[in-house]
Amino acid sequence: MIKAGELVKPGSTQITKTGAWRTFAPAVEHNKCIKCSLCEIYCPESCIHQESGLFVPDLAYCKGCGICSHECPSKAIIMVLEEK
Amino acid sequence: MMKVVEGSYAVAHAAMCCSPDVVSAYPITPQTHIVEHLSQLVADGELRAEFLTVDSEFSALSVLVGVSAAGGRSYSSTTSQGLALMYEVLYNVSGMRLPIVMTVANRALSAPLNIWNDQQDSIGARDVGWIQLYSENVQEAVDTTVQAYKIAESLEIMTPVMVCMDGFILTHVYEPVELLDKEQVADFLPPYRPTDILDPQNPKTFGAFADPSTYTEFRYLQYEAHLKALSKIENVAKEYAEVFGRDFGGLLDAYQADDAEIIIVTMGSVVGTIKEAIDGLRAEGTKVGLVKIRSYRPFPAQALMKELKNADVIAVIEKDICVGNEAALLTDIKAAFYNSNLRMPIIGFAAGLGGRDITIKDIRKAVEKASAARKGIESQFEFLTLRKEIL
Amino acid sequence: MQNLLAPGHRACAGCSMPTVIRLVLDAAGTNTIVVSPTSCLEVTTTPFPESAWVVPWIHSLFENASAVASGVEVMMKRQCKDTNVLVIGGDGSTFDIGMGSNSGMFERGHKVAYICYDNEAYMNTGVQRSGSTPFCAHTTTTPAGELSLGNPRPKKDMPAIALAHGVPYVATASVAYPVDLRKKVERALQTQGPSYIQVNAPCITGWTFDAGTTIEIARLAVETGLWPLFEYVNGELTEVKKIRRIKLVDEYLKVQGRYKHLYKMPGGAEILRSIQDIADKNIAMYKLVD
Repeated sequence: MIKAGELVKPGSTQITKTGAWRTFAPAVEHNKCIKCSLCEIYCPESCIHQESGLFVPDLAYCKGCGICSHECPSKAIIMVLEEK
Repeated sequence: MMKVVEGSYAVAHAAMCCSPDVVSAYPITPQTHIVEHLSQLVADGELRAEFLTVDSEFSALSVLVGVSAAGGRSYSSTTSQGLALMYEVLYNVSGMRLPIVMTVANRALSAPLNIWNDQQDSIGARDVGWIQLYSENVQEAVDTTVQAYKIAESLEIMTPVMVCMDGFILTHVYEPVELLDKEQVADFLPPYRPTDILDPQNPKTFGAFADPSTYTEFRYLQYEAHLKALSKIENVAKEYAEVFGRDFGGLLDAYQADDAEIIIVTMGSVVGTIKEAIDGLRAEGTKVGLVKIRSYRPFPAQALMKELKNADVIAVIEKDICVGNEAALLTDIKAAFYNSNLRMPIIGFAAGLGGRDITIKDIRKAVEKASAARKGIESQFEFLTLRKEIL
Repeated sequence: MQNLLAPGHRACAGCSMPTVIRLVLDAAGTNTIVVSPTSCLEVTTTPFPESAWVVPWIHSLFENASAVASGVEVMMKRQCKDTNVLVIGGDGSTFDIGMGSNSGMFERGHKVAYICYDNEAYMNTGVQRSGSTPFCAHTTTTPAGELSLGNPRPKKDMPAIALAHGVPYVATASVAYPVDLRKKVERALQTQGPSYIQVNAPCITGWTFDAGTTIEIARLAVETGLWPLFEYVNGELTEVKKIRRIKLVDEYLKVQGRYKHLYKMPGGAEILRSIQDIADKNIAMYKLVD
């Protein structure tokens, strides 16, 4: 139901899984990770988070832009062509 | 309290009595005195509001978008070029359903530059989604200001209102006016309590963009709110009359119309002159009457048909011209009647453009033409006082 | 920490703008209201009935965000609420169409933090030149051609315009320097009065560079001296980010499609030298190198 005016609930774009846009997916080699968190800071989708101390991209939203991989100082993230 | 005051002061005083949180306006003749008076009322501590001086009319109304979305009651006034500069914001305010009230001191538009009264400015903004109420005299402009907030802010309407008053003729005239009592207004007009505001405790997104799958429904809701406003305007005018003892009509008002063969339809301050002309014509045996439109948007089609159904002929006198067609009110009335069984001739006149006086003689001329149209329409639209010698 | 810009927004893959917004919101926190003009930001984050914004947000028009924010700020003061009021908008609204409204807000002294994410052209409508487009960049309205080497005019100096209004906090920032950006946003929000932060925000679609290099491009803008990071408090230059190893502008220009004509066309070499001159002037003016 739409209301008068254009009012929208906060944070509701999460229903759209932009991961469908992706061609390349980030693969994290956790043993190389130095926990600098630059991938998390720079990710435009805000979809890289720490889970039990490991940085993990949420592939539901990751558009595969490759910024995390390019910025990673220890080359721990590589972009891999996704088979769909 | 009855006092002889300037029209602009009376309206500024009425706006003050509605206790706006913020007033924002940009000076433009003939609206200037309204905002000067409001500034003084703020400076004197009589009006506990913020007065924001801004860089343009465009910003004046934009400031009020922020105020209204943050839950505040707001007021502005403008005219002519200023209203034209606001055009984009006008649609935005009505689309976001922000119940802002603004006085329009009606004035002609440039070019040629002209600071005098006509109604081309607000007529040009008839489709922007605002309610438009026109005033016959200063007292009506005062009373309509209070009614406007009550209409605009009621939750089933949530639509901005322009209170239109003829520039100079009403803004600069000194006449006896019953100034409002702030507490009485506060009793009549409840505080503004919108359900949705910009609030970090309950964050919401205002002004998202709508694609073809939803845009139509947003416009439909506005259309529906205007339909609801038809009865709201009537009811608020009645309520107001009960409390304040003054009644200028709801959607429209009539004068000597019951048995009239010829009915003039008009809006604004020319009503006074027309009433005087009617008195003269009636004394001579011509059955002329008047219907004054208060609410131009929403357009009171049903109420008009009810009031005009027994006339032999209708003459519309209006202070605007839709270059490329005819004049706005004439078109609207003809359109409203077309699918009904009413088939009297309807003719119209553009008059009073750029501040030209509309005299009793001019009105008699319109009545003569209307009377002749009963035997067949010679011209369904013309300029009432055209100086052919300078063309 | 709660993420105040939700994923699922429709910004291009590799766009820097969402990162800028998230960093700004991280610094501002939840007690914040954001006003945005029409922009990529608006269309990509608020496709009805969805919104990426977790804080209250309002969009009115292209050229009135500062006026709307003025109204919001006045209401916050009136209700004695200590809520941050931010404008976040692109360079088109900031430098060009919204200038009157910005000037009014600066001049009235509202406590509003104005954040411009500067991608140096009208990207939302398809990469047309704005007042922020740098000298000789190709855009769709300043295309390179036989008679044209791209945008014929230099970038408008918006921070100087803010300073001329007496805006008490004026800074430049970059998406590549998140710690610096966050610190500046915090300082802006502590300022009594208006503040202006102009953030370099590369646009992958308009500037055309390799996937993944968005942040590197922004870093190069700083390291070449073309985007000096500075801060003015009450009109005084208080902070400049020094560059450890200065790079030639060539390193920044050659990796972007918007400058590729300068490497092919007659007269291009001369233009490249004059762009180096712009950087050299910045380096001297802000003493970017110790």
